[in-house]
This record gives sequence, structure tokens and C-alpha cells, in this order.
Amino acid sequence: MDALEIARWQFGITTVYHFMMVPLTIGLGLVVAIIQTIWYRTGKPEYLRMTKFWGKLFLINFIMGVATGIVQEFQFGMAWSEYSRFVGDVFGAPLALEALLAFFVESTFLGLWIFGWKQLKRGVHLACLWIAVIGSVFSAYFIIVANSWMQHPVGVEMVDGRPVMTDAWAVFTNNTALVAVPHTLFGALAVAGAFLLGIAWYHLWRRRHDGIDVVGADGKLIPGEAAIPGRDKADYTVWMKSLRIGAVVAMISFAGTAITGDLQGKLMFEQQPMKMAAAEAACHDGTGFSVLSVGNLGATNCDDIVAVIEVPGILSFLAKGDFTTEVKGVNSLLGEYKEKYGTHLPDNPLYGDRAGQEIQYVPVMEVTYWGFRMMIGFGGIAAFAALLALWVTRKGVVPQSKWLMRLAVFGILAPFGANAAGWIFTEMGRQPFVVAPNPDMNGIDQVFMFTAAAVSPGVSAGELMTSLVVLTAIYAVLLVVEVKLLVKYVRGGVASAMPELAHAKDSDDQRDKNDDGTGPDKSGDDVLAFAY
Amino acid sequence: MELLPTIWFVAIAVLWTGYLFLEGFDLGVGMLMKLFARNNTDRRVLLNTIGPVWDGNEVWLLTAAGATFAAFPLWYASLFSALYLPLLAVLAALIFRAVAFEYRGKVDSERWRNRWDWAIAIGSFGAAFGIGAALALTTTGLPLNANGDRSGGPMSWFSGYALLGGFGVVAFALVHALAFLALKTDGDVRHRARSWFVRLVPVAVLPMFGWMVAVQFLSGKPWTWALVAAAVVAVVLAWTLARAGSEGRAFGALGAFIVCATASIFGAAFPVVIPSTIDPAFNLTVSNASSSDYTLGLMSIVAAVGLPLVIAYQSWTYWVFRRRVSAAHIPEAHGFLPAIAAKVLISKDSQVSKDSPVSKGSPEKTASNPSGD
Repeated sequence: MDALEIARWQFGITTVYHFMMVPLTIGLGLVVAIIQTIWYRTGKPEYLRMTKFWGKLFLINFIMGVATGIVQEFQFGMAWSEYSRFVGDVFGAPLALEALLAFFVESTFLGLWIFGWKQLKRGVHLACLWIAVIGSVFSAYFIIVANSWMQHPVGVEMVDGRPVMTDAWAVFTNNTALVAVPHTLFGALAVAGAFLLGIAWYHLWRRRHDGIDVVGADGKLIPGEAAIPGRDKADYTVWMKSLRIGAVVAMISFAGTAITGDLQGKLMFEQQPMKMAAAEAACHDGTGFSVLSVGNLGATNCDDIVAVIEVPGILSFLAKGDFTTEVKGVNSLLGEYKEKYGTHLPDNPLYGDRAGQEIQYVPVMEVTYWGFRMMIGFGGIAAFAALLALWVTRKGVVPQSKWLMRLAVFGILAPFGANAAGWIFTEMGRQPFVVAPNPDMNGIDQVFMFTAAAVSPGVSAGELMTSLVVLTAIYAVLLVVEVKLLVKYVRGGVASAMPELAHAKDSDDQRDKNDDGTGPDKSGDDVLAFAY
Repeated sequence: MELLPTIWFVAIAVLWTGYLFLEGFDLGVGMLMKLFARNNTDRRVLLNTIGPVWDGNEVWLLTAAGATFAAFPLWYASLFSALYLPLLAVLAALIFRAVAFEYRGKVDSERWRNRWDWAIAIGSFGAAFGIGAALALTTTGLPLNANGDRSGGPMSWFSGYALLGGFGVVAFALVHALAFLALKTDGDVRHRARSWFVRLVPVAVLPMFGWMVAVQFLSGKPWTWALVAAAVVAVVLAWTLARAGSEGRAFGALGAFIVCATASIFGAAFPVVIPSTIDPAFNLTVSNASSSDYTLGLMSIVAAVGLPLVIAYQSWTYWVFRRRVSAAHIPEAHGFLPAIAAKVLISKDSQVSKDSPVSKGSPEKTASNPSGD
């Protein structure tokens, strides 16, 4: 493999991995903040338990997002120095602002939330979590502004062969970003919804399995108690409420991703028509949405792709909102791209061995075609499963079926899959460009960059291979550790995140008496409310 | 000299100073996990002094790197690609270190904790060394060609300055952490930290002085030489104050040392951001490596509002967690009581017997852990 290919694999692997942790961080953070707010307002002990339990899992995952995020910021300079030189004037700003305005907020206030249970007043403590969560939302916004500029460069002017920012407002309100931000946030919430649903289902199932809860003659559940810390009647409420919150969040967020995704499709049709065509493996102009296309999707020409099942009109609806507009296929776009952006890479030393090569304007259609369908498919499955889960558990009873329980637990993976597929689709669908051309800019104003020119010229394939192997190995090990810890704490139940449940029975009541919310708890030793 | 690029050079120097000042002590505390702490309680005292703040400190690094990308894209691109392998090591170190802080206490087993303690210690050392080396090289020179790319093989960046900078930051972080622990802990740890500090500080600042003086000989100015002298005064002051038992002031004096040190180094290097060791014509400077005035102006406005805000709420965090931590405050780690008999536990010694998952768990485990975790 040459340096470019290795650098691309590295970026793909590290980014997809990072973006497994991040949606859970954003989504679960929001959910925990909402739950803690309910606890703050109602004082009901089950919401405190939920805050503690889901908060613990949130933190186990949060740190992985932090650790892998540093790689993202460094590797632009390390592996993609030509890219960094080309776009720095406009692309660096959102990254710097993310650190300065969002990540500082997120990490500082999360530290306050983790350690400040007793040092801070209850309201201030809750506010710290909200500030951290809002920080993570802003973080997502800035990163997507940066990414959207690569999808749809705006607000710049070419000076000495490099884009220079002339209109920050245009960059920060890029319409590509304005629809991608809510799409991503809903995607993150979908992850959190499925996470709550799957884990809560498992606990409810387990309570029945262990004989703690029984079903009465009227088909309703009678919660019981076991002589195990945290497995009392309130524990049942914790899981049932978690399950319902999770299911509702999953359904709302699917609707949100669908609506924003539709808007994105219409923008993509204008801004990156080749990506749209490649998403459909649509070789010829037409209106039909492919349900199944077969043939050699990986081929660079379109000749042996056959759409087996096609629904007429739907593609036009996705692209334009009607059923009749002809959507350009790969074949007619190919000519336009060649005419506008050339047929061969320039003979410039920056392209290295790639100088003069023929440009492949068609993205790898196996990836775009199936990536697009996996994104929608996984998202839809998760939402449908959530609806089903609400219906099945309407009487408060989770079925005893082990297979259904397994389905609920493994269903957690579906929105993760949808997120990953969506990003892989949108990033690989942009190829061969790293900065895709904005079709509204012409002539000398054109801003685009081929991925082939972006990689660091001074870095050898050996160095890149070293980092690819090292980072992949570290990520693999840490994934195993994180999942094992999550499983351990999930099985541990609420008491694992709330040791006070194990120390005294009915400690919820005691806690409420001691901690009536008026101020920091001065009675005991409050130097460390939480300790590493 | 153009105004905005100069302002941003200063801003980046300020961000690095903030980083070395703040993360300096938490990197040092990380290394002291294996060098200084004698048992698990000590280690938990150490960890909890930095627990609420280390992540916020680390963002100074991300902001310094991000601001360099935004304000001086050519500096960012050349420095990060030239130092590919050392920065890979820094990344690996930072990843393990961050995860270790969070995961160390999550499984109650000596072996588990020991592994993560090593991750914290080695990770802190690696990050401090790598970042020190990178900063030393950006102020003393890299073999950059006309395009700003490193010429030569993957290790052609290496020079004695890298070692000076690396050891300079490592040794500074160690004594800075000792001063911090003397200020933030109580009891045995506090007293040992203070006496270690008094003994080590005269030696520990030497490599940093080596780097400072080297940069002065390469490109020093009278006022940056004066800052070197001020750094000497600050160290002597820190040492005297620590001997007199004035822990807060000693920590402050050592902080003044790092401020003088970075100011003298960046001040001497100015206006060059990376000297090329191949040809001075290839030097990257604040004028030829910077972004447009429009971008720098926008960033200036945001930073003028954002940075004071960051300093304000981070100071508040230190105020909230201002009380000293001592062994007596460390809560006993609760024996992990799984609600559900766990099949997946990570180490054997924390495994709870399967047939009676709960009732027997805690007393036995607490007894087998005299260290109190």
C-alpha cells in the first residue's frame, strides 16, 4: 500500500472508532442531564438512582471519546500536512474554537459534576452537567462546521492558490452544516435511546428470571424484593422508566434523523451530485429509487450494474421533492466532472507517484450504495424495535423470552451501525476530493482539493504503517476493556454505581432526609464526595 | 512586523505556558504514582488531588495545537508531520493515561490497579518528554526543505535539543507536582512531598535551563536573557520558600519560573517559529506561516472573550476543590456487589463465586485488601 492509502485507512479507522464513543457521550449526556433534572424537581429516589447508574456508564464511555479525540486533532498535521497547509486559513478556526469554546467547558464542568456531588449545591451541581452537555453539543457543531466546509466550501476566496476566509458568517452558517448538526445530534440520541432500552430490558428480564418480579393474574407485574443491595421494588421502577425513556428517545430521534436526512439529501443533490448518484448506483439519469441493484458495484464504469428492483419517482422525491425530476446518473455526471476538474492529476511534485494519474470520479459504489442503505436500515430497525418494545411492555411486563432479551441487548448496536455507515458513506462518497468542489464557484474561484494531494509529502509509508498498526492495536485493546467494564457495571446494577445502597437499606429515604437540597452537605467529610 | 501574527505568536506562547503550568503538575503527579507513592492509599491521595482538574488542564494542549493550526497552518503542518513518530508516542501516552485515570478504580484487584498505575506513570512521562522535545525542536530547528517538509528519514528530526527539552519538561513536571502535592495534601504525603521538593528542585530545573540558554545563544535578545535571570531568581525563591514551609508561595514561585522560562524561550525564538537546519531561507516565521488577517482578527475577538472566561471558570474549579486531601479522606472502595452473578469479570482475584453472588462478596474482599481499596 502506498502512503496515501495507509493514511486514508488510518483516518477512516480512527474516525469511525472515535465516532462510536462520541454519539454515546452526547446522547447519554443529554439523557442523564434530563433525568437528573427530573430528580432535582421531584426528589423521587428512582431518578437519583437512574442518574447515578447511567452517569457511571456515561463516564466509562466519555473518557474513551476524550482519549481518541486527541488523535483526530493531531493527525491532520501529522498525516495530512498538505491538506492542513491548503485549508488552514479556514479549517483551523473551527477546530481552535472547538477547543477554546466547547471542549474546555465540557471537560472542566464534567470534572465539577463527577467530583462535586457534595461540594456544590444541588442546583449548581446539576447546572454543571448541563453546561458540560451543552459544551459537547457545541463541540459537535464546530467539528461539523469544519467537516461541512470540506463537503461544501463557502465563505472563501482563492489567494495565491489557497482558500482564504472572507466571510466567517458563511462558514459558520454553511447550510450543509446547519442540517448536518441536527442530523448528527439525533443520531447520537438514537444511540443513547437504544442503549437505555437494551440494558433496561436486560435488567427487567433478569428480575423475572431470578424470581424477584412475578406476573399477577391480571397480567400486570408485581414487583418484588431480593435480599441484594439495590434489587428492591424501586429497582423495578428504575428499569421500567429507563426502558420507556430509551424507547421514546429512540423513536423521536429516528424521526429527527429522517427529516434532517431528507434535507441533507436535497442539498447533496445540488452540492455533490456524484455522491447522490453513487448512493443509488444510478448509472443513467432517472427518477427511480433502487431497492436492489446487483453487478460489479466496485467497478469504475457503470456497464454491468443492473437495478433489479426500482421504485419510480422516489429518487426524484429524495433529491428534489417531486416525482418527476430526472436525477443525473453517474454516466452523465462523469463527463461534467472531467470537463470541469480535469481528467488527470496535475504534474505537480506534491502528488508524488500519483502525479499524472487518471482521476476516478466515481466513488467506490459498493460502499456508497450499501452504506446509504445500512444507515437507513439500521436506523429504521432500531426505531421499529423501540415502538415494538413500548407496545410489548405496555403492562409493565417484559417477556421471559431469552431471545427477545438478547435481541434488545444486541439492538444497542443498530444505531451505532447507522452512525458509522452514514459517516463512511458521506466521507467516501466525496472521493476523489478531500475538499469537494462547490458547484456554484467557477473558473479561478473554484475551491477544491484532491485527496491525492493532501497527504504529508515528508512522511514515509513506513511511518504511516507504524502508526496505523499502533493505533489500531491500542484501540482494539481499549475497546475490549471498555466493553468489559460496561458489561461489569451493567450487571452490577444500580448498587454498583451507588455504594450507599449497599451500606444501608432504605438509604434512598435517608439520603432524602439528609440531603434536602438546600446546600452542600456539611455534616460529614465532604473533601471527597467521589474518589478515584 | 505585522501586528496580528505577532499577537497570535504571543497567544500561542501563552497557551503553551498555561499548558506547562497546569498539566505540568498533573503529568508530574502521574509519574509520582510509581516514584513517590508507597501504597495504594498514597496513590489514591495523589490521584484525587488532580482528579477533578486534569482533563481541563489537558485541553490547554488541544487549544495550543488548534490555535497553531488556525493561526499558523504552515507551522502546524510542518511541525506535526516532521515529528511523526514522537507525536505518535505522545498520542499513545495521552490515550493510556486518560483511560487509566478513569478505569483504575473500576475493578477491585491489585493486578488491575498496578497495570493502570504503570499506564499513568509511563503515559505521563511519555507525554511530558514528547511535548518537551517537540517544543525544544520548534525553537531550535528541524531539517525542513523549501516546502516545509522534513528531509531525511523518520528520525532525522533528532538532536540534543530534543533531549534537553524532553528531560526539561519531565524534570520540571516532577518538582512542580511535588510543590503541588505539598500544597494540596495533608499528613505524610504533604511532608514527604515538601522535603523531596527541597532536595530535588535545584537539580530538576537544570535541563530546562539548558534549553533556555541554548535558545538564547541561538537567537537571544537582551530582554530574553533578563528573563533567564528572572527564572533563576524564581527557582531560588521557590526553594527558600519551601524550606521555610510556605507551600503556597513555593508553588507560585515555581509557576513564575515556568512563565519566565517559556517567555524567554519563545521570546528568543521570535519571529521564527521553526528554524530550518538546512537553509535559513526555509525558516518558517510568523509572517510566512500565518493565516490571513481576516482569520486572525476573527480568532482574536473570540479568544479575547473566551480565554479570560476559561481562566475564570477553571480558577473556580480549583476554588471548589481547594481543600487538602489526605489519607483519612480516601473512602474505602466498596466491595463490588454485582446485582447479577457476573460471568465477565476481568481479573481472577476479584471474581465473586458464582453460586452465591452477593452475600459473601464484600467482607472477604475488604479483608483481603489491607491497603483500604
